[in-house]
Amino acid sequence: MRIFDPHIHMTSRTTDDYARMAAAGIRAVVEPAFWLGQPRTNPGSFTDYFDSLIGWEPYRAAQFGVVHHATVALNPKEAGDPRCRPVLDLLPRYLDKDRVVAVGEIGYDSMTPDEDDAFERQLALAVEHDLPALVHTPHRDKAAGTRRSLDLVRSSGIAPGRVAIDHLNEVTIDLVHGSGCWMGFSIYPETKMSPPRMVELLRKYGTERMLVNSAADWGVSDPLLTLATAEAMLAAGFGEDDVDRVMWRNPVEFYGQSGRLDLTGVTGAAEPTFAGSSIKRGGE
Amino acid sequence: MTSSERLREALRGTPGWDWLRDALARPETIARSFSSAGRAPLPGAPGWTADEAARALLLAALPPDRVAEVAADLYRYGDADEKRAVLKALPLLPVGARAVPLLHDAIRTNDTRLLAAALGPYAAHLDPAAWRQAVLKCVFMGVPLAEVHDLDRRADDGLAAMLAAFAAEREAAGRPVPGDAAALLRRLTSEET
Repeated sequence: MRIFDPHIHMTSRTTDDYARMAAAGIRAVVEPAFWLGQPRTNPGSFTDYFDSLIGWEPYRAAQFGVVHHATVALNPKEAGDPRCRPVLDLLPRYLDKDRVVAVGEIGYDSMTPDEDDAFERQLALAVEHDLPALVHTPHRDKAAGTRRSLDLVRSSGIAPGRVAIDHLNEVTIDLVHGSGCWMGFSIYPETKMSPPRMVELLRKYGTERMLVNSAADWGVSDPLLTLATAEAMLAAGFGEDDVDRVMWRNPVEFYGQSGRLDLTGVTGAAEPTFAGSSIKRGGE
Repeated sequence: MTSSERLREALRGTPGWDWLRDALARPETIARSFSSAGRAPLPGAPGWTADEAARALLLAALPPDRVAEVAADLYRYGDADEKRAVLKALPLLPVGARAVPLLHDAIRTNDTRLLAAALGPYAAHLDPAAWRQAVLKCVFMGVPLAEVHDLDRRADDGLAAMLAAFAAEREAAGRPVPGDAAALLRRLTSEET
């Protein structure tokens, strides 16, 4: 089984996670730029973070045979903070990078006018840079936030097939299903979505435009819940091909629209060495 | 023929050449062309990957009085491949010693590709203490010492002492000393006797 986790914050995870993920068949990940739990107070904090997403983190992932790409954006939780707004002007440089495969996470947190503005400007950046967009839906007032996100997507002019609306559930899926946008689901140990509930949604709505992710980060989360969902699918009678579509071909198709998804060597062995010498232990 | 001219000849007439020629003619757009150079259908040249070769030429085409400043900016905002390309290009550029801070940054990372690229010919500008530390870091991180430019000429008693201390720690821990480091230490100590 091959798994592509289309949304996971590896910066917050340990090398043990990478090792377990590789062993579980998770061969490719996309790491969206998001907040860090602790509010950032200046644009330099963001550029250092973005540098990590396109520099150190893909290098770290490669040590374990995991291919790493990123999405870059000013996230919804910080989009309303005047100290962070100048990040919007720094984004174009990062959106040109080889391993940046979408603008994201963008969207709403509290649905303020400032968030409207940042969301709209970043959808325009996606169009300008010919990139897909990854849209986070809010925790609070999720259905209203999802509706308002879809309205903004429609008015932005970006093709709905180039947009993923993420963190959906049984209540919000119907809003997105007919929109032409991709539907993202974050499988969490306690909140958001569980493997059995996800299987029910796949049974009811099919596998087309469905993206399943772990969204694992610094909170209670589990990078192996993509695998658990794949196994739950098989146990519920889905075939291997259905699982491969949801867990691999769908994310490849969605992010492949960037023209920058580089999965070279992904089916081969890991490349944990530099010219024959192990570098796994870094400076030890 | 200079190194830049050799690179240019290697890339001329290939499928990505038209894109590169246009980019070279518009140095004011280098922030964008430098990022996308890795996606142009260009070949490499001996010792240079395709993106390194194209990016080195883009840097070499800048007005000489602006090269150091622009190279530092491209390095600052570069992904790992762009940073490596800037480091590789430094010996071709009229920057004197002004790009040494980039080497210090690269040597501080734990990315073996950047560390190796920082120890090319431009590392002649590193002072002996920084250079020795960088060589020892290569040993720690498994960067082959064959990657270090001018190793045998520059290796000195100070490096020999650091390698000997490293070997003693490794032996005490029951861990092996990499073959190239052991060989360098032997060369350095046998010269002394």
